Amino acid sequence: MKSTLLVGALLTAMTTTGAFAQAIKLADVAELSGGGATVGTNWKNGIDLAIEEINAKGGVLGRKLEVTHADSQSNPGVARAQVQKALDAEPYVLLGPGYSGSVKVTAPLAAEAGITQIMGGEAAELTQAGNKFLFRTSFGQQSSMPKVAKYIHDDMKAKTVAVVWVNNDFGKGGRDVIIKDLEARGTKVVADLSTEAGQADFAADVGKIKAANPDAVFIYLNEEESARILKELKRQGVTAPLMGETTLIGQKVIELAGDAANGARGHVGLTTDAPVDLIKGFRERFSKKYNYVPDHNGLKGYLAVYMVKATTEKMGKVDSKAFADTLHGLTIKAADEPGILMDVTFDQNGDIDRQSFLVEVVEGKQVVKQVLPKLK
Amino acid sequence: MSNLFDLLVAGLATGAIYALVAVGFTLLWQTSQTINFAQGEFVMLPAFLMLAAMHAGAPFWLAIILGILLSMILLGLAFKMLLVDPMMRHGVLPLAIATMALAIGIKEAVKQFFSAEASPFPSIVPTGDITVLGHVVSLQSIGVLVVAILAVFGLTTLLNRTSLGHQMQAAAQNPTVARIIGVPVERMILLTFLINAFLVALASLLITPIYLAKFSSGEVLGQAAFIAAIVGGFNQVRGAIAGGLLIGVLDNLAAAYVSTQYRAAVPLIFLIVVILFRPQGLLGRAEERTV
Repeated sequence: MKSTLLVGALLTAMTTTGAFAQAIKLADVAELSGGGATVGTNWKNGIDLAIEEINAKGGVLGRKLEVTHADSQSNPGVARAQVQKALDAEPYVLLGPGYSGSVKVTAPLAAEAGITQIMGGEAAELTQAGNKFLFRTSFGQQSSMPKVAKYIHDDMKAKTVAVVWVNNDFGKGGRDVIIKDLEARGTKVVADLSTEAGQADFAADVGKIKAANPDAVFIYLNEEESARILKELKRQGVTAPLMGETTLIGQKVIELAGDAANGARGHVGLTTDAPVDLIKGFRERFSKKYNYVPDHNGLKGYLAVYMVKATTEKMGKVDSKAFADTLHGLTIKAADEPGILMDVTFDQNGDIDRQSFLVEVVEGKQVVKQVLPKLK
Repeated sequence: MSNLFDLLVAGLATGAIYALVAVGFTLLWQTSQTINFAQGEFVMLPAFLMLAAMHAGAPFWLAIILGILLSMILLGLAFKMLLVDPMMRHGVLPLAIATMALAIGIKEAVKQFFSAEASPFPSIVPTGDITVLGHVVSLQSIGVLVVAILAVFGLTTLLNRTSLGHQMQAAAQNPTVARIIGVPVERMILLTFLINAFLVALASLLITPIYLAKFSSGEVLGQAAFIAAIVGGFNQVRGAIAGGLLIGVLDNLAAAYVSTQYRAAVPLIFLIVVILFRPQGLLGRAEERTV
């Protein structure tokens, strides 16, 4: 009897540890607090939702996915320490961070460890450093800004424009690309305003915009600052059309800025309001689980996990060393992997090509005005 | 020129809020030698108390009343009894450091129990514009300015024109003599803590619609109000008011005419100049203390 019990206990122990060994481990480092908390929380929730779905359907190649979340506090220094800690546990793939500045300082660590990093950063320079392990989940600025500049010049017919940007890697990267592109098209930049991350008072900046009297204003700030400047623009009665990127017209910005967000336009690589059935389904499942409508960062986190799934299934094995090579040049079709939501192609730098959208805020809702097709 | 006018109005509106917070600083200093480094967080917290009341289903007006009452209990009564009174007997410095710890504690608590993300906050002043001297000015700026001026006017009337105010001043200027002539000094000190809590709750109500409700929003405010109090004169209410308005305008002009990157530095440089050439502050009176 005793020996039967012993054998039973041993068997249980073996199967339990066996199950643990079989799980595919992912590590996430994101902005769960600090200035980027909106970004990081959406990203994390997107990841958790995707993993829950995949595991409910039997996992990847029969193995469950597991993820650990670490908080970068929106601080590149903390992000670096957290990524180092995450890499020490030898994850299959590293997810995050979302801030470009944090990606910039952590990417060399992941590359050195030979671990693929799927991140949310959008600064142009990130994928131009020859890093073979870094992949985007959204457009880099070099793909999105030309589309924005073209829209300001061709559709808004603006001859002069004020550019407001946040003085960090993300803001400066976008500002450099768009100013070059606007000037190449003959649109004059009449005000070039740098602002600080976390800035609360935009009265002086808006005063400068008013004084410059541009045909359009291009706003490239993080979400909270976007909401504050939108309120201040309304407060000071600026009527020039407002154009931005995803960060100007995101759900959080609309919630924070209220009425002041109405009329703002933005180029969006990913939006939960996209007229795409798979994205609508994602939005429904996400809202049901978390009781709020996700922004594009929720989509990014969700897609990151499905990139892992599609690439691993393409390889037919769980091989962290061959992962990056397989993902380079890979096209994932939504018809084959519905979790990827839209057809996407990854190039040799880890940049993506996908269709995108032009969105306007109408009565507190994102309304897609144009669908811009995939480049290739 | 119209730009300058806009900047002045915006600066005065922000400055009026700094003034409310700075007045609280000087009141606490005068009556109990408390340098409250958590004053910025004191401005941040009431907005969250009001938001919590609204989440619980209270209408905005009720949330405002509850928020102000709760602030007076937590940031007035409890602050004095649980932190200031026990720490006071160890001297000014340990108390100042304890308020720094309190600031961190409040921030982290809000982050933990509410969220690290910013939340929208309704404005008590309707949005819209009016024309003043041929310039379009937002109702919000005017509203903030008017409410802040009324509050300060009410406070100075209380201090200078009423018996209660005179007793408070007596308790602040010479507690020993005040006690001899029958002024209930302890109660007067408690009253200043309650007034400070009321002022920060009011400032919170005015500034949060513009800055958004966020756990970290007290940092900038606390620093600005502290500078305003020193520049104006730490021992004078009118000094704190002048200092607040001055810092608000200076901050906006610096952002427009110097640079956004250096806007935070300009009030600090001004502070250094004031400390070097007029250490008692612009409107303060020189005082000597044995250390």
